Amino acid sequence: MTGIRTHISPPGLLFAVLGLAALLVPFMTLAANRIVAGDGIVAWRIAGPEITAPGVAAVAMGLAMGLVAGRTRLRFLGAVLGLTGLLWLLSRSAPVLLSQGGEYARVSPAAGFWFLLVIFMLLMADALAALKPGPFMRGIILVAFLFVLVFIFRSGLLSDLSVLQEFSGRRDAFFTEFVRHLGLSFGSLAAAAVIGFPLGILCHHRAALRSATLPVLSFLQTIPSLAMFGLMIPILGWVGNTVPGAQAIGIAGIGFAPAFLALLLYSLLPVVGNTVAGLASTPPAALEAACGMGMTRGQRLLRIELPLGLPIILTGLRIVLVQNIGLAVIAGLIGGGGFGTFVFQGLNQTATDLILLGALPTVVLALAAAILMDIVVELTRQTPEEAA
Amino acid sequence: MKIGLILRPALIALLLALVLRPEWFVPIFAPFAPEGGPVIYQRASMLSLSVSHLAIVALASAAATIVAVTLAILVTRPAGAAFRPLSRTITNMGQTFPPVAVLALAVPALGFGAGPTLVALFLYGLLPIFENAVTALTNLPRATMEAARGIGLSRWQCLMRVELPLALPVTLTGIRLSIVIALGTATIGSTVAARTLGEVIIAGLLTNNTAYVLQGGLIVGLFAVLIYDALVQLELYLLGRMGG
Repeated sequence: MTGIRTHISPPGLLFAVLGLAALLVPFMTLAANRIVAGDGIVAWRIAGPEITAPGVAAVAMGLAMGLVAGRTRLRFLGAVLGLTGLLWLLSRSAPVLLSQGGEYARVSPAAGFWFLLVIFMLLMADALAALKPGPFMRGIILVAFLFVLVFIFRSGLLSDLSVLQEFSGRRDAFFTEFVRHLGLSFGSLAAAAVIGFPLGILCHHRAALRSATLPVLSFLQTIPSLAMFGLMIPILGWVGNTVPGAQAIGIAGIGFAPAFLALLLYSLLPVVGNTVAGLASTPPAALEAACGMGMTRGQRLLRIELPLGLPIILTGLRIVLVQNIGLAVIAGLIGGGGFGTFVFQGLNQTATDLILLGALPTVVLALAAAILMDIVVELTRQTPEEAA
Repeated sequence: MKIGLILRPALIALLLALVLRPEWFVPIFAPFAPEGGPVIYQRASMLSLSVSHLAIVALASAAATIVAVTLAILVTRPAGAAFRPLSRTITNMGQTFPPVAVLALAVPALGFGAGPTLVALFLYGLLPIFENAVTALTNLPRATMEAARGIGLSRWQCLMRVELPLALPVTLTGIRLSIVIALGTATIGSTVAARTLGEVIIAGLLTNNTAYVLQGGLIVGLFAVLIYDALVQLELYLLGRMGG
């Protein structure tokens, strides 16, 4: 501590300027029904002053607290205060706005809300990054965050919003597609691991196989997802029609099978590539020591190369998981289910809230998976150092 | 690579034939079309869809390259250093956003058409380019930088003549990643009414016409693979020139 000098944090200044600008943009949208485009309403006119004044004040205060450089906890609290203000404005104004609209009126958050949400999330991330939380701390933060999110949705605070009205009409379908989405992304990850690890180990030992496999896999990865999903249809349709018994286990041109296979093909490059890179990352000294101790090739692999390469191998799985959660959305186009079903239904009906119902959970799922896998990678990276 | 010498011209010829003379492929695609249904997509010419598709990708990637490289230069200067942790957070978190979701979220904000597709491609394309450019600009060989300062180059000259050329190969890798993602996302853009080759695939999916799906899928796939290959060759050429 070199005296009390209050600096202004440059990112905080950026957030404050952008945040104040976002307050001038419409905060909520009121539409006559779920299809038509609504009218945007700025934050201080969404309800009476008894609702808007505390909300806008909390947002402004949060932005101001983000300005102070070096005071990480204060900046973090500013983000929490700002987010609370946003939640207050959203939940309090929705019933007021709904009562002004007709019978089929829908209210949804507009650009101003989303901008402010992103700004406060970034402020929070910026403050947290300065705290340099360890893997356990980040795990706790992630769980707490998801818990708060679930609590807000369960509490019914936001149930007047249009996207949650879409949800309440499709509660069962939502959870079915959720499970389907998880099945597609985790299932293809598991299958890719089962095929990719042995292939990666083989590639590690045979240079010829490696130089033949990796370019093919990386070309597979470049094929646009829609084309890949589409091209699986005739192939699996043919398999389903010609191989006896294939249809009985669900292999057909459309549905789960082509989506699963397409995701599997995309997953192979990160799994195989990172397995090869992970095994190759073993320090030569460690290998020589292992040889000197008289370890066989299998022992070297299991006890030296795999444990040392584990962080890189797991990074491959992280890439695959995040990528598959996103790509599984495309499955909605070929009848494979998942959140993509809502996204593409919404796009067809120009019902934006239905699009959000599919897209927002996908984004949250991908982010949560990324943070979780980062934690796992970091934990595996620490253990060998401690053991060494 | 011997295979490349034969395979590359063959794939280019196949792609040109698919785009310019789709009617040649009627006998091949016919078994996949529904009985009595159309075999070749007729509502738009493959050439115009290809041009529109590539134009969207080129425009978005060019804009993303300019903005991302400028931002990367700014955060690697001493004055912009305060933004570096934030920019790292944004690139890490931003890249976990699925491209399809970015596209879908652009629709409520911007409506249907080529506009949201362009914006989604641009925003998403920024991240890999920015990440690679920052990595390249922060990992320059120290000796070279000291030599550049030693011979009296100004900061601007140092940036233009030493830093950017040295950072080019790694930055180009980012641009390649970004273009590959953009090609794929633009294909999905046809679900939000952008005119791209995805239109053919979507039409095939909606009418249960696998012939369309094959036709569109092959063209898009070939474009992606050939463009990726061309960019890899360009990177190798640049690396070779810098090494020699």
